[in-house]
Amino acid sequence: MKTIRVSVIGFGAVGQGVARVLIDKKDYLEKMGLDFKVVAVADSRTAVIDDNGVDLSSVLVRKQNEGVVGSEKITGLEIIETIDHDLVVETTPTNIVTGGVGLQNMLAAFKHGRDLVTSNKGPLAMKYCELIEAARAGGSHFRFEATVGGAMPVLNLAKDVLAGNTITNVEGIFNGTCNYILTRMTEEHAPYEQMLAEAQELGYAETDPTYDVEGIDTACKLVILANCVFGMNASHEDVTITGITKITPEALLLAQNEGYAIKLIGEVNDSRINVSPKLVPIDHPLAVGGSLNVASVQTDLSGPITVTGRGAGSIETASAILSDMISIYRD
Amino acid sequence: MRVSMDIELKDIPGQLLLALRPVSELKGNLISVVHHHEKRTPRGSIPVQLVFEIKPDKLNDIVSSLEESGIDIVRIDEKRFFEHGAVLLIGHIVHTDIQDTIDTIDKTGYAEVVDLNLSMPKINMASSASLKIDAISKEHMESAIALLREIAKKKDLLVIEPIKSIGVA
Ligand SMILES: NC(=O)c1ccc[n+]([C@@H]2O[C@H](COP(=O)([O-])OP(=O)(O)OC[C@H]3O[C@@H](n4cnc5c(N)ncnc54)[C@H](OP(=O)(O)O)[C@@H]3O)[C@@H](O)[C@H]2O)c1
Repeated sequence: MKTIRVSVIGFGAVGQGVARVLIDKKDYLEKMGLDFKVVAVADSRTAVIDDNGVDLSSVLVRKQNEGVVGSEKITGLEIIETIDHDLVVETTPTNIVTGGVGLQNMLAAFKHGRDLVTSNKGPLAMKYCELIEAARAGGSHFRFEATVGGAMPVLNLAKDVLAGNTITNVEGIFNGTCNYILTRMTEEHAPYEQMLAEAQELGYAETDPTYDVEGIDTACKLVILANCVFGMNASHEDVTITGITKITPEALLLAQNEGYAIKLIGEVNDSRINVSPKLVPIDHPLAVGGSLNVASVQTDLSGPITVTGRGAGSIETASAILSDMISIYRD
Repeated sequence: MRVSMDIELKDIPGQLLLALRPVSELKGNLISVVHHHEKRTPRGSIPVQLVFEIKPDKLNDIVSSLEESGIDIVRIDEKRFFEHGAVLLIGHIVHTDIQDTIDTIDKTGYAEVVDLNLSMPKINMASSASLKIDAISKEHMESAIALLREIAKKKDLLVIEPIKSIGVA
């Protein structure tokens, strides 16, 4: 049995999802010879530390009831710097202005030679090359499948599964909120504002939806794809972006009459990184509805490969994190 | 592009082969040959209709090659618009002179707006339009859409194009 000492930094939807899947998959992981022992958990104000392994079930309950994970006043960053462990699971909020605490956490982890798995796209969209270099210098494994498309495998698909292929284009829907709003506008023939309000009510959209509906979230994911899959050195200033706020129900209807859906499509290839609403033929694999994500990877040897799945959600995102964790330590 | 061509052959053996050779030599794709052997023109020659696809810049070479072989070309009809595309516009489409937008595309000579559907919800609100565009080739379609993008930028209209993986067809 290989024991991997883990810290979970950030205990919101995704961090809690990771705790749940580690509890649920304990036997499954043991059969693989893996024991992920969580020795520290931190949220924005508190932490819990136990060298013998934190009891994840009671941390989940405490977070639920009291809003905090523990009583220790040590920060996530201090945990990374001072507690002896192998792997940091970084799930703090995305910040694309400064990189936020996530960027500091990642750099600190690599400085101390720890491996890191994250769902936090901010630091990667801003400082991709710097982070990859820091991980290399620290001898750290660094994986971030969850940053692009949640449960839908894109990065590992393009990098590992399709190894040997040259990827010429990636095109898809990388934001579930926008897909939900556009799908509902089409179904109800209702204006943007109304379906945004519905999405907010159902928890599919944030109170401030700018980041999603203006295409910035999609742009960040494309930057990560561009860097990771196409070997570029891009940041989000390199992306041309048009969001969905100007789409009208009339336009959706006209499109439908011509056999098209309108989707917010992100596209990366050697010549451009672009986010904009596009016409997708209704019977095309990219025309998925609801809040689904989808990506079509164009390859030289195998043609187009299309994957679709849930782009967000607590357990779904945790699933991508878990698969990254396993892929680092298996064998 | 697709070309339909009426030619006249002398009534001696080997003439049809002679007429078809330049099409294949210049990498054209022969689509149909209608050979009216029983018919004769007043000049005593045999009328033949050819339909083939060819790169636009190769058409002149075919014509000269046929003329060199002494074959009479009676009529050339370029079925020019071979690519069909759709584009959506959103914004103040009418206020910003839709006719001018269409004319700019039509004036290119390589693309044409062949259909327009306009939807105007209320006065002062953004309207939406779907345009069907025909163009000579994929490349010309791309140029036409790029041109439309430029016009739209000036007129503050949103252009919604088809996704890449279906091309612009
Ligand atoms: N939710 C999804 O479906 C999804 C999908 C893909 C990617 N992501 C990304 O994954 C990350 C986490 O998302 P989420 O939905 O779990 O966000 P969330 O619910 O807002 O959780 C963020 C967590 O980070 C904690 N935190 C904030 N500042 C911290 C600090 N300085 N040190 C330690 N912890 C800190 C918060 O603490 P408090 O609990 O004390 O506020 C909270 O527990 C984000 O970067 C997001 O973009 C999310």
